Amino acid sequence: MTITQTQTKTAAPDERVAKRSPFQKLLGRPEVGALVGAIVLFIFFAVVSPTFTQPNAFATVLYGSSTIGIMAVGVSLLMIGGEFDLSTGVAVISSALTASMFSWYFSTNVWVGVGLALLVSLGIGFINGWILMKTKLPSFIVTLATFLMLTGLNLGLTRLIGGSVSSPSISNMDGFASARAVFASSVSLGGVEVKITVFIWFALVAVATWVLMRTRVGNWIFAVGGDANAARAVGVPVKATKIGLFMAVGFCGWILGMHNLFAFDTVQSGEGVGNEFLYIIAAVIGGCLLTGGYGSAVGGAIGAFIFGMANKGIVYAQWNPDWFKFFLGLMLLLATIVNLIVKRRAELK
Amino acid sequence: MNAKQIDQQTLLQNETDPLTHTPVHLLSLDKVGKHYGNIVALTDVTMAVDNGRVTCVLGDNGAGKSTLIKIIAGLHQHDEGVLKVMGEDRKFTSPRDALDVGIATVYQDLAVVPLMPIWRNFFLGSELTSGFGPFKSMDVEKMKDITKHELAEMGIDLRDVEQPIGQLSGGERQCVAIARAVYFGAKVLILDEPTAALGVKQSGVVLRYILQARDRGLGVIFITHNPHHAFPVGDRFLLLKRGKSIGYYEKKDITLDELTAQMAGGAELAELAHELEQLGGHGDVVKEVKGEVAEVAQTTGKAYS
Ligand SMILES: Nc1ncnc2c1ncn2[C@@H]1O[C@H](COP(=O)(O)OP(=O)(O)O)[C@@H](O)[C@H]1O
Ligand SMILES: [Mg+2]
Repeated sequence: MTITQTQTKTAAPDERVAKRSPFQKLLGRPEVGALVGAIVLFIFFAVVSPTFTQPNAFATVLYGSSTIGIMAVGVSLLMIGGEFDLSTGVAVISSALTASMFSWYFSTNVWVGVGLALLVSLGIGFINGWILMKTKLPSFIVTLATFLMLTGLNLGLTRLIGGSVSSPSISNMDGFASARAVFASSVSLGGVEVKITVFIWFALVAVATWVLMRTRVGNWIFAVGGDANAARAVGVPVKATKIGLFMAVGFCGWILGMHNLFAFDTVQSGEGVGNEFLYIIAAVIGGCLLTGGYGSAVGGAIGAFIFGMANKGIVYAQWNPDWFKFFLGLMLLLATIVNLIVKRRAELK
Repeated sequence: MNAKQIDQQTLLQNETDPLTHTPVHLLSLDKVGKHYGNIVALTDVTMAVDNGRVTCVLGDNGAGKSTLIKIIAGLHQHDEGVLKVMGEDRKFTSPRDALDVGIATVYQDLAVVPLMPIWRNFFLGSELTSGFGPFKSMDVEKMKDITKHELAEMGIDLRDVEQPIGQLSGGERQCVAIARAVYFGAKVLILDEPTAALGVKQSGVVLRYILQARDRGLGVIFITHNPHHAFPVGDRFLLLKRGKSIGYYEKKDITLDELTAQMAGGAELAELAHELEQLGGHGDVVKEVKGEVAEVAQTTGKAYS
């Protein structure tokens, strides 16, 4: 048997593929549904409420969006990686409580508490991911358990240590001013006060987008969410990737926890319950598939922005805030339907 | 039986390490067994893979072919026997381990992520990067170019490497998986039924690829249930049936007819003819099967009735 040379073909343009215009390429992006929704919602509120488009009001909308959006960055990546985290809402509070209680009772500089809170947040993420990988249970169950445990720990430990439902005020402690400057200050942009969380949010979205699109870790995130078995078979470290994603969520929770702490000076130990759904909703509205393998960090950010607009827009339009939940539900339903269509189109010919 | 089975002992001593003068193969399995819970999928399988040789594994569905290669590829671990790479005892704990010693695999289910673009799938787990430390990023343009080029080499002209791989046809997806393994397979290339879903022309391309890989000095493991595909390219043939080896031959010791006969199993064919006859009708079919039984009996020197 002799070997015949394979004929090398030059990759000539294929007549079967119609040249796609930039507009068509945009339509293929995961966040396009959310983008259209955001524009419609913006125009809607701009029409019904003249104050909505004022720079100050817009800065407030952005601030509201950022407090959801910072978490939505981590939660979106995790969802693309095929997992859920129901413990995020209370984990934010756990982080803030750790920082304030530790520096108060050990009379340290608040930055020591801030550092410890980072370790705790990353640790919660690690434990979530590690249990998930060890037991192979659905992340829904594992993180529901951590959600319940953290809720109990937040309340129980705060009462046990301080005898109260909230942490003591740390406003007079060393390092408070500098920590507040980092986590909870405002920046003046042409006379408009913009909260620093907005910039942190944008920076996180940019980093997450770069990781997803341009690094090998990003490739692994898509792969472990799209088909974990296939990913493992070609040598992707599936466990490390998933555990890392939970820790990234923990990192985002730490930032938001520190903001919550330093925007005021105490933390209510019972807060945070229910917020985990807001982050998940933002990610889903932004085009992240619940089943994993598809989505973007920008999508999650747009989802958070829609959230912020609906939340504050209803106030500016002087409506009853009761309507907010209705809006949210409707957006979620529409977004999920759009996602479903996108997925079908991508999977089937 | 005309065909002479390979004596396992002499086979393992055929080639020796030039330094230590001990028998060594690129890859060898000795009495390897594997069970899934209480299901015994593989028992007592011995085979060897050498540089520039094609080892074919033949067997019907459920014979344990995929299980065998999953052990070599690091997806599963064997429970019995030894797996040696370059004479060294190994038990791969993950596919990464196998890839790191240069074993690349085309899985039967292809192991591609449907929603991801073709080029991302091609380089998945072996991405090209540039830059330093935390700022290491993927060399996207280079990866796209290589993907396009490697697939063009296979005669697949892709519309767009940005397309999700799930949109390709089964055969095209197969070719991407093969091109990927050929590109990354440094020492051993494993193909699990790569021709099963392919047309005649594309099967020819795959067989030619196997020969090219062989001539580049790779050890190839080619899994198929088609002796007509196995015989022209194979140097050794391992026949599996219900998790057991029913024969292991060098090419010089067996003919295509004998291989086919072994595969078909003369006894089963005779039984089929008998059953068909009892059912009545199908006269032409019965005649055809009987003809095949006679042929099998002739080549193996056994009589079935
Ligand atoms: N993951 C698994 N769990 C349990 N049984 C399995 C598993 N994979 C394969 N088997 C069983 O092992 C046997 C051999 O399967 P396989 O190696 O896939 O055969 P082949 O590839 O030759 O068709 C079959 O009976 C199959 O049902
Ligand atoms: Mg198989």
